[in-house]
Amino acid sequence: MMSTEQSVTPKLIVRDLNFYYGAERALKDINLTIPEKMVTAFIGPSGCGKSTMLRTFNRMYQLYPKQKATGEVLLDGNNILDKKQDLNTLRAKIGMVFQKPTPFPMSIYDNIAFGAKLYENLTRREMDERVEWALKKAALWTEVKDKLKQSGTGLSGGQQQRLCIARAIAVKPQILLLDEPTSALDPISTAHIEKLIDELKGEFTIIIVTHNMQQAARVSDYTAYMYLGDLIEFGDTSTVFTNPKRKETEDYITGRFG
Amino acid sequence: MLTLYTRRRLINAMGLGISALAMLFGLFWLGWILWTLLANGLPHLTTAVFTQMTPPPNSSGGLLNAIAGSLTMTFLAALIGTPIGILAGTYLAEFGQRGWLAPTTRFINDVLLSAPSIVIGLFIYEMYVVKIGHFSGWAGALALSILVIPIVIRTTENMLRLVPNTLREAAAALGAPQWKVINMVTLRAARAGIITGVLLAVARISGETAPLLFTSLNNQFWSSDLDQPMANLPVVIFQFAMSPYEDWQSLAWAGALLITISVLTLNIMARVLFRQSSTTY
Repeated sequence: MMSTEQSVTPKLIVRDLNFYYGAERALKDINLTIPEKMVTAFIGPSGCGKSTMLRTFNRMYQLYPKQKATGEVLLDGNNILDKKQDLNTLRAKIGMVFQKPTPFPMSIYDNIAFGAKLYENLTRREMDERVEWALKKAALWTEVKDKLKQSGTGLSGGQQQRLCIARAIAVKPQILLLDEPTSALDPISTAHIEKLIDELKGEFTIIIVTHNMQQAARVSDYTAYMYLGDLIEFGDTSTVFTNPKRKETEDYITGRFG
Repeated sequence: MLTLYTRRRLINAMGLGISALAMLFGLFWLGWILWTLLANGLPHLTTAVFTQMTPPPNSSGGLLNAIAGSLTMTFLAALIGTPIGILAGTYLAEFGQRGWLAPTTRFINDVLLSAPSIVIGLFIYEMYVVKIGHFSGWAGALALSILVIPIVIRTTENMLRLVPNTLREAAAALGAPQWKVINMVTLRAARAGIITGVLLAVARISGETAPLLFTSLNNQFWSSDLDQPMANLPVVIFQFAMSPYEDWQSLAWAGALLITISVLTLNIMARVLFRQSSTTY
């Protein structure tokens, strides 16, 4: 999918990351570097910690009292796990799209404007432009441009998910976290979203968690294989899929396991 | 000998039959009550009921002052109880995961929810009526609002808990502070359910007699002064129905029918509203 010769800038550096659900350790001493403006995929069987990993990058886990992370996650050199890190400004920089589409109970326009309004003072016209820009980026504009005032919950599942992507990029984040974004969608909507990921990676650093190995192979530049909280292998996607270094990775990818 | 399958079918038929009978038994009394109300109340539900004041014994009149008083006190009770109930319910649902305050509040609220309404009436009587020295419309509204609060707290909490956590996460993931997440997303998603709760609370208090006996009492005349005793349908019905005068008894029937119709309408409205909203999630 891509060549490693291309120069890569690290965007997120993960150092000795451990994660706990109460007493249960869900991530074990993870170390890896996620390159800027590329697509990094996390694969692995259910319960391997790939979604947990994603949720540490925007500290989503902090909504729940019993979850905690130790170690370091450096975003452009700053440790985002630091107590002094403001959660809301962090999340404005690192957007997230979830497995199930989560349109807010408001109009399509307001869904997009919701996030953009939080950290920027935009005039009406600027907001109109921002909404149009985000919807075009998410390849949804032509389908909804005549019904921006209608409720976002009335769209189809695939459209709702693209609405959520548009909503996330309307904030202009640096990183986009996608947590199994197509697992609730039909093949056509999935193809739409995969194409979208390909178009967005020039502007955003994208991290995707997926159950679907073909999808990881199709959309990502780098792939991380995780198993039971350990990072087993991390490398550029073509190597991981065609010539994995570890036997566990090969077993999983060839379908002998998982 | 019965095969296993035919035996199951038999047991199924018997179970179904018994449940249907139980349902019919319950429905029978309800139907009877409604029928009696309609038969006795409908002939007396004239325009005079809505245009004239409660009469002295053995003369004709209406229920205008009682209807107006009931509407006023119910409206005020909802006005006082709804914001408190919604705020407290929101606290329980959105902030109530840690600490001791939320579980304690929830427990006390459950007690309050099932407290006999006469106790609430006595409470306001002691705390307010005795202090100011006379019955009043304010006292009635206050007593009713204490009945509204626990119902609204409970439904608000339940409805907010039905909002999927992913929706809260999605809003938080955009960098929205918690108060914005709650105001603009979760409360909005639960809006229809919460309004349903308020309507049900209003339906509940519109027929309450006991708390009003000790608080607003009654007033035979038109009064818009909330600092004076205020007429209201339940107490008028209570008083008129127990009287030996035929005019009063007919008015009591008309009033009872009126309350039943409005409670029924409120309940149906609440149901329709909730059904419409639950299709979106």
